[in-house]
Amino acid sequence: MLVLNRKAGESIRIGDEIELKIVSVEGGQVKLGIEAPKHVEIHRQEVYAAIQEENEEATMFSETLLDLLKSSKKD
Amino acid sequence: MKVETKYFGTVEVKEKETVHFEQGLPGFESYHAFVLLPVDEAGLYYALQSCEDKKVSLIVTSPYLFQKTYEFEIGDGAQLELEIEKPKDVAVYSVVTLREPFHESTLNLQAPILVNVHNGKAKQVILAEENYQTRCPLVQGKGGEQHARP
Repeated sequence: MLVLNRKAGESIRIGDEIELKIVSVEGGQVKLGIEAPKHVEIHRQEVYAAIQEENEEATMFSETLLDLLKSSKKD
Repeated sequence: MKVETKYFGTVEVKEKETVHFEQGLPGFESYHAFVLLPVDEAGLYYALQSCEDKKVSLIVTSPYLFQKTYEFEIGDGAQLELEIEKPKDVAVYSVVTLREPFHESTLNLQAPILVNVHNGKAKQVILAEENYQTRCPLVQGKGGEQHARP
């Protein structure tokens, strides 16, 4: 992993298209500004991890539950 | 082509019926081809079955059956990736996490699955707005409106 020291107001460039700016550093929190093309997706890591976990959990269920769904009827 | 499924044995699927997740699904990044198989007669629930691994099968449903006011904006990235031109191009599904007992089952409204119905390109997007949760109860309250059934 590349580790860089930056001060508030300074930036990092990733490739040609992405700029990461340190907006402020206060009380153990870093505020980041991200300039990236619209097709680049940016997520908080924990949100992505939560979706991964949820999907994995969604594949694990008993067939009894599936049988319940099979008898679903429209209102 | 033949697809081995987790719940329905081996099924015959036409190539054009498959949905393609270029980037896989979060948690299942290495699987790209899936097929939507109806679970119930009413067509409320589908199994999103991987064509590559029979063990990977998720239940999905239309979120609008449960949350009539559900809405979100499709980001430019997803629009480009799926080649979406107009709202009608898109089918929206939410992943259902079935739990025991059934009324604890939930719907993932924070990460809808978008499918371009014309070209089969699909993507599970993560909504930036945090108004929708990953674990919205499937069964709303008790005795009230209940679409989940049973």
